[in-house]
Amino acid sequence: MEEALATQTEELKPPLTTVGVIGWTKNNLFNAWFNSILTIVTLYLLWKIIPPLLQWAFIDSLWHTSGKECRETAGACWSIIYTNFRFIIFGFFPYEQQWRPLLAMFLLFSLFFYSRDRNHWKKPLGYAWIVGLFTMGLLMKGGLFGLTPVESTQWGGLPLTLLLSVFGLTAAYPLGIILALGRQSKMLGVKWLCIIYIELIRGVPLISLLFMSSIIFPLFLPEGITINKILRAQAAIILFTAAYIAEVVRGGLQGMSRGQYEAAESMGLNYYLTMRLVILPQALKIVIPPTVSILISAFKDTSLVVIIALWDLLKTTQSVLSNPEWMGFSREAYIFIAILYFLGCFSMSNYSRKLEKELSAGEQQ
Amino acid sequence: MANNDMITVQEKVPFWLDPKKRGLIYQLFILFLVGCLAYYLISNTLINLERQSIATGLGFLHNESAFEIGESLISYSAASSYGRALIVGALNTLKVSFIGIIITLLLGTILGIARLSSNWLVSKLASIYIEVMQDIPILLQLFFWYAIFYETLPSPQQALCPITGLFLCNRGVAFTVPAAHPAHKYMILALFVGCGVVYLVRRWAKKRQEKTGQIFPVLRFGIGIIIGLPLITWLAFDAPMKMDIPKLIGFNFKGGMTLSPEFIAILLGLILYTAAFVAEVVRAGIQSVSKGQREAAMSIGLRPAPILNLVILPQALRVIIPPLTSQMLNLTKNSSLAVAIGYPDFVSVANTTINQTGQSVEGIALIMALYLIFSLSTSAFMNWYNKRVALVER
Repeated sequence: MEEALATQTEELKPPLTTVGVIGWTKNNLFNAWFNSILTIVTLYLLWKIIPPLLQWAFIDSLWHTSGKECRETAGACWSIIYTNFRFIIFGFFPYEQQWRPLLAMFLLFSLFFYSRDRNHWKKPLGYAWIVGLFTMGLLMKGGLFGLTPVESTQWGGLPLTLLLSVFGLTAAYPLGIILALGRQSKMLGVKWLCIIYIELIRGVPLISLLFMSSIIFPLFLPEGITINKILRAQAAIILFTAAYIAEVVRGGLQGMSRGQYEAAESMGLNYYLTMRLVILPQALKIVIPPTVSILISAFKDTSLVVIIALWDLLKTTQSVLSNPEWMGFSREAYIFIAILYFLGCFSMSNYSRKLEKELSAGEQQ
Repeated sequence: MANNDMITVQEKVPFWLDPKKRGLIYQLFILFLVGCLAYYLISNTLINLERQSIATGLGFLHNESAFEIGESLISYSAASSYGRALIVGALNTLKVSFIGIIITLLLGTILGIARLSSNWLVSKLASIYIEVMQDIPILLQLFFWYAIFYETLPSPQQALCPITGLFLCNRGVAFTVPAAHPAHKYMILALFVGCGVVYLVRRWAKKRQEKTGQIFPVLRFGIGIIIGLPLITWLAFDAPMKMDIPKLIGFNFKGGMTLSPEFIAILLGLILYTAAFVAEVVRAGIQSVSKGQREAAMSIGLRPAPILNLVILPQALRVIIPPLTSQMLNLTKNSSLAVAIGYPDFVSVANTTINQTGQSVEGIALIMALYLIFSLSTSAFMNWYNKRVALVER
């Protein structure tokens, strides 16, 4: 009896056209007349676009030549990246000292990499980040332990971009939490101050704050005191990011049930302890994925400092492009920068999606 | 007696243990600190401005601007005032945002639907597009499109001409438009009248359907009226067919309509970037309507079109509209990046004004005020909309 059943199921294999490559193609590309037309049109367009693009980017392209030879080829001129690589990445940082920003970036990436795993999220990791950020600042600035001091006016390129976004988010986070708590506060004066600040900042474009940092901040200070340009831009980015973080954190706070507050109160905890021990640890956990997306947009938004003439990644690239030898190869240069930004943002957004899945899986248990 | 006891107990509580009074003291203290900070900053600013002998106030708006603006919707010359220059800038911002928003909505919706398509190829391509565009800074994209325009396209003398009447060159895109005719004014009027009629008919049809259950084909009727009325007006004016074709005169095109490279670069950048975000919003909205809704609608015998119209869309839109408006606002705010490629938007004009007059505080306050007006009116609209579509829970 059992044998008979087994042979029966074997005999009843699905028809060839519904499994394997043919079945997949039929189900996913040609399952209706409209979809079939769509597939054919798309394939035709891809055929028209992809091969010439590959030809341009890889086959006809030049990699290690001078600008002059580049002008005679039909392909891409990646030589612009190869020749100016160190300037694009490090800007005006003294040539012999460029191992320092490189080491700082390496430190940052390893910290990021180590923090990916949720099992590592313990107190030591926080200390590691504080020490790491401090070391990065020291590596950039120098002046201690026999490192030659490097003026911040010489900072540039990728390290500056990373510095502005990572330090910006780190400093903006506590400020954002305070603003969010203030907005939830029962004290009307505090509440309205926070609401006005958050809505004001969220209502204006970052560029207006950057203009403010470069033009108005110097006016705010008494005569004789000046703050350098990078710090002022950093302040603008912090003020800007804090408002967005405040809204994200507020979302987390509103997600807390009333019972949590009441339980904390019934144990006799005061406001500070309630927030510190009960509410914030839970609320901040909920908002980790949206915080990562704020980090992504902070990373992208730092590119705006080019408008107030800071030497970030985009500005160093543009300065290479204004060199007569390399004029006219914007496409290659911008594509290279775009790939750098894409890799950074894509890995972060991928991670945020993974994290979101993990956290929500935890909720469902 | 009991009352008396309460009062005596209350009197014993010192003011620093009474949460209400303590809160008041905290607030006064914080307000005092903020006031001190504001006073310090403002007094420093005033001293610094005085030292640089810059007058404060908005009086400079009446002075002659003495700079040219590349493109303007209203008449403007270097002899006009700063105030007028700023209005030109604001109109340019509105122009690029308005056109950008319309095209972005279309492209974003198509991409969002393509992302959910059962066609594997289309869905994969859409998701690659969305991911790539979201992960590249908008400013970099603007520079890229602007550079493409400048480096790839030929000079006006060798302009590309893919279709008759359309010219592509590094000075912009010139294309043929109907020659100016009084009929156009009436056609636009007819369009507005058509929209009004459709709105009224839609209301009437809805009421009638609620009362009697009869369905009126609003969509077909609406399209007919909106296209038909201007068409009839056009025919009534003996169908003016004269076209204004751009011609190469000297080093540039005259006649027709010309779009500057700056305008095209900022428009293209804004559209392609924001459309990726809109696509995600649309996708999330459509996915938010549970499968059961569609199945329930099918089980009561509705056809696909009414299912979409009456069941899916009303629920999806409730989810889509709030994030969508914030994307539209983002597009408007991002249009301020026009300053980086030289399109004369409000920020760009204000920046020039600041550089010429030194009125930095007023200039930046004006920029912020304009964008705040945009965002506050948007959030006012959102509140109104949310109230209107909010689920009435029973």
